[in-house]
Amino acid sequence: MLEIKNLHASIEGTEILKGINLSIGAGEVHAVMGPNGSGKSTLSYVIAGRDGYEVTEGEILYNGKDLTALSPEDRAGEGVFLAFQYPVEIPGVPNTTFLKEALNSIRRYRGEDELDAMEFIKFLREKTKELGVDDKMLKRAVNVGFSGGEKKRNEVLQMAVLNPKLSVLDETDSGLDIDALKIVADGVNGLRGPDRSALVITHYQRLLDYIVPDFVHVLAHGRIQRSGGKELALELEEKGYAEFAEAAE
Amino acid sequence: MRALLPGTPDTASFVEQFNASNGALAGHGLPWLDSLRRSGIEQFESLGFPSTHDESWKYTGLWSLGDTKFRTVNDGDGDATVDLVPSLLPTSSGHPRIVFVNGRMRADLSRLDGLPDGATVQSLGEAMASDPDWVGAYLGRIGRGDGQSLMALNTAMMDSGTVIRVRKGVVVEQPIEVVYIAGLTDGPVAYHPRSLIVLEPNSQATVVKHHAGLGVGAYFANAVSEIDIADGATLRHYRVQSENIEATHLASVHVRVGRDATYDGFGLSVGGRLSRTEVHVRLEGQGGHCNVNGAYLMKGREHCDNTSVIEHIAPNTSSREVFKGVLNDQSRGVFQGRIVVHKGAQKTDGYQLSKALLLADGAEMDAKPELEIYADDVKCSHGATTGQLDETALFYLRTRGIPEALARNLLVQSFLAEAIDEITDADLSQAMMDRVVHWLPAHCFLSGDWTDG
Repeated sequence: MLEIKNLHASIEGTEILKGINLSIGAGEVHAVMGPNGSGKSTLSYVIAGRDGYEVTEGEILYNGKDLTALSPEDRAGEGVFLAFQYPVEIPGVPNTTFLKEALNSIRRYRGEDELDAMEFIKFLREKTKELGVDDKMLKRAVNVGFSGGEKKRNEVLQMAVLNPKLSVLDETDSGLDIDALKIVADGVNGLRGPDRSALVITHYQRLLDYIVPDFVHVLAHGRIQRSGGKELALELEEKGYAEFAEAAE
Repeated sequence: MRALLPGTPDTASFVEQFNASNGALAGHGLPWLDSLRRSGIEQFESLGFPSTHDESWKYTGLWSLGDTKFRTVNDGDGDATVDLVPSLLPTSSGHPRIVFVNGRMRADLSRLDGLPDGATVQSLGEAMASDPDWVGAYLGRIGRGDGQSLMALNTAMMDSGTVIRVRKGVVVEQPIEVVYIAGLTDGPVAYHPRSLIVLEPNSQATVVKHHAGLGVGAYFANAVSEIDIADGATLRHYRVQSENIEATHLASVHVRVGRDATYDGFGLSVGGRLSRTEVHVRLEGQGGHCNVNGAYLMKGREHCDNTSVIEHIAPNTSSREVFKGVLNDQSRGVFQGRIVVHKGAQKTDGYQLSKALLLADGAEMDAKPELEIYADDVKCSHGATTGQLDETALFYLRTRGIPEALARNLLVQSFLAEAIDEITDADLSQAMMDRVVHWLPAHCFLSGDWTDG
C-alpha cells in the first residue's frame, strides 16, 4: 500500500529525513518509534503533504501513485489520514459542519454524491454510537475547549467518518491518561481491516499494548535504524534509545 | 506607508452648495433649525475637512473625495428605479421598513404599517413637519459636535434621514429596517442623512440599518445618527455598510445611554472605496451598558476605519467592544478605540479587543487602543493583534480533504465568528454571517448550516 524509498526531506534547508525505507502492506499496522528529534513528526507531515517540508530525494508511492505530487486534500481524497499530535482548535466552526464539509469534499474528489444534511446526520449518529462519543461534542466548535482526551477522541471520530485506507497517527498517546488511551485505541482497532493500514508514530511503548503492531521500526537520526516484530517495542521499553543515539555517532 | 493622494476636498464648494440650497432643506423656516444649520456651516467653514494632521484622522486621509465636484441630490436622483431593496431580513416576515434612494424617502418601497402603538418611524422631513418642537429637543443635542467638521457639515446640510421614537414601556418586537440605497445618479452626488432614534424609558427596539451602493460611480455619504436611550431601555442597533466600489462613506453614531439602559451595537463593513464609522457612546446613568462591536472585510484598495470613543461617566457602567477585520489585496484597516473612565465612574468594567487578519502582503492595519482612566476602582482591558491565517489550521483542514480555497474561507469565517457571535439576535447574526460568506471568494458553501446546533 505504502512504499517509501530512500526518502530525504528538509525543512528550511535542514535535512531531517536522511534516507527512509519503509514498506507497509494492506492490512498491516506498523509502529515507528524513536527518541525526540529523530524525525518522527517530520515523517508524518511529509506523508500528509505539509507546506515547507521538502522532499529532496527518494519517493513515496501510495498504491503505486506518487504521493508527493498531490496536495494534502488530494491525499486525503486518496484515503490518507493524519491524526495530529496537537489537534487544531477552530473557533466558530461547529464540529458537525467541519465533519460534513470534510466528508463531502472527499466524496466529491472520488466522484461520489454528497450527503445532504439529513443523510449526514444519520450517518454521523451511527459513528458516534459505535465510538461512544457524546453528541454534545458535535455541536461544539472544532476542538475548542476540548480536553486532551476529547481532542484525540475527535481525531478518531474524524477517522471513522472519513474511513481512510492509510492512517498515520502522530504521537496519539501524548497527553492521554490510561482510560483515554484505551478509548482511542479501541477506536483505532475498530477501524482495522484487511484493506486498511496504519502507521503509528510514538515515543513510548505503552500505546502499542493497546494497538498491537505487526512491525516495529526504530527511527533515529533521520533513518530507520532497526526493524522487527512487536517484541522490538518491549525491548526498547527496557533499554531505551541510548543504543541508537550511539550507533549514529 | 502608502503615499496619500494629493487633493484636499474642497470646503468652499460645499459652503456654496449650502448657500444655494438651504432654503429648500427640510424644516426651513423653523428658527431653531435655521440657526442650527447656520452655526453648522460656519463651523464647517472654519474647520474645513479633517486631514491626517488631525490626531483622530491620522490614519485616514480623505483622498477618495479628492477634487471631485459633488452636487446635491435632486428629486430625480431619488426617483431612480430600484428593482430590489437589499435586506438583511427575510422579507416574508413583514417587518417595518423605511427606504431612501439617494437620500429621498421612497414611500413606495417602505412599509410602515404594523408598528405597535407608541412607536413611530418617519423621515426627518416628516418629523420636522409634524412635531418640530420634539425633534428640536433632541437634534444636535446628543452628539457633541465640537470640532467635528463632518458632523457640522451634516447639521448644515441634513436633507434626509430617519426619526424613530419608541414611547415609554413600548417593546417593538419586529426589527425596524432602515435602508439607504445610493448610486444610480448622473454624476457624483453628496448627501447628508441625519437619523434620530429616541427610546423612552423601559422601551425596546431593534434597528437594522443598511447602506447599500448600487452601480458604479462616486458618491459621498456623510451620515450622522443621534441616539438617546432613556433609563431601562434597550436598543439593538445593527448596521451594514456595503457601499459601492467608488463610494466615500463617513458616518458617526452618537449615543447617550441612561440608567440601566443598554446600547447593543454592531457594524459590518464590506464595501466602499473609503469608509469610516465613528461611534461615540456616553454612559450617563448607573448600570448602563454598551456593546460596540463590528467586523469588516476589505479588498482591492479599499480603506476602512472604525473609530470609537466610549465614555464611562456614571458608576457601575460596562462596555464591551470586539472588532474583527479581514484585509485582502492592498486594502487598509484602521481601528481607533478610546475608553474614557470619568472621575466618578467607579466600578467601571471595560473590555476592548481588536483583531485583524491580513490575507495578503500588501494589506495594512493600524490599531490605536487608548485607555484614559480617572477613577481608581475600575476594571479595563484591551488588546489589539494583527496576524495571518494560521498555517497549521489550514493544513489541518486540508488533511481532512477540504480544498485549500474552502479551507481558507472556513478559517476567515472562524476568525470573524468571534465578533459576529456577539450579536444577540440569532437571525441577524446568521444574516451577518451570510453577508460575510458572500464577500468571500468561492462563496459556495456553509452559509446554510453555519449556525446549526
